[in-house]
Amino acid sequence: MARVVVDVMLKAEILDPQGKAVHGALQRLGVPGVADVRQGKRFEIEIEGDLTDDRMSQVHSVAESLLSNPVIEDYRVHVESEPVAAERVEP
Amino acid sequence: MRIGVVTFPGSLDDRDAARAVRIAGGEPVALWHGDHDLRGVDAVVLPGGFSYGDYLRCGAIAKFAPVMSEVVEAARGGLPVLGICNGFQILCEAHLLPGALIRNAARRFVCVDQRLRVESNRTAWTSAYDEGAEVTIVLKNGEGGYVADEATLDRLEGEGLVVARYLGRNPNGSLRDIAGIANERGNVVGLMPHPEHAVEDLTGPGTDGLGFFTSVLRSTLAA
Repeated sequence: MARVVVDVMLKAEILDPQGKAVHGALQRLGVPGVADVRQGKRFEIEIEGDLTDDRMSQVHSVAESLLSNPVIEDYRVHVESEPVAAERVEP
Repeated sequence: MRIGVVTFPGSLDDRDAARAVRIAGGEPVALWHGDHDLRGVDAVVLPGGFSYGDYLRCGAIAKFAPVMSEVVEAARGGLPVLGICNGFQILCEAHLLPGALIRNAARRFVCVDQRLRVESNRTAWTSAYDEGAEVTIVLKNGEGGYVADEATLDRLEGEGLVVARYLGRNPNGSLRDIAGIANERGNVVGLMPHPEHAVEDLTGPGTDGLGFFTSVLRSTLAA
């Protein structure tokens, strides 16, 4: 099993009303030093078996065709490395 | 003249669209999202609503519905297709029209009797209007902000593919006040406002929307 993460964000030039609403809420809460907020989506895809090149190119393909709309959004794909969970437990 | 109206899970305005077709003098034909079948219709309406709950992005999942592969192929072959509101979003997601619809700039759902200017009557769905006609049609959307890159917007303007523009205050942040656009051939039109809610004095702000449906009846007769 492997976890592949796809992060989708609106392109910088596209207005993000949701991010603006969150930014406004942070300002109302008095949180200092926040210049801007952008809101995006995170997809965690659990892959059966080995994470082959084929599987990875499939993930890229669905990231482009379904998970994001390339007209308004950019996506990034990364494989979540397993040691992260272990590190969290240690301290 | 048989006009298909597609029902997706979460479509809201399929019945009103069918009713508008009937009032305009056409025969509405119910089409189902799960069928690979257009039942031989002469035109298709993708109605408003919240297909698949607007999950992921508005129209993003609907574009992969079985019926959409038929709609896309037929539209490329010249079949008149009108996408209203959620239908417009689906047409953009399916790349039958350029650009995309994003959340309203004002962050509020709008529901108003909206004044529009019909910018082009050289489409299958607007031929019954005079160019420059000012009409009032219901607008109701949460994600109706039309966006596209500058080059695309310039091309739409230059080639006369902007079909309708908002008059007065821009209700949703649409770039260049765009309320509707067409493809180059003029058979595919996407429109954020709802002409199917403006076809009878009793149930809408007037009958200004009827022209969209009478237009297509005229154009399919001529074809």
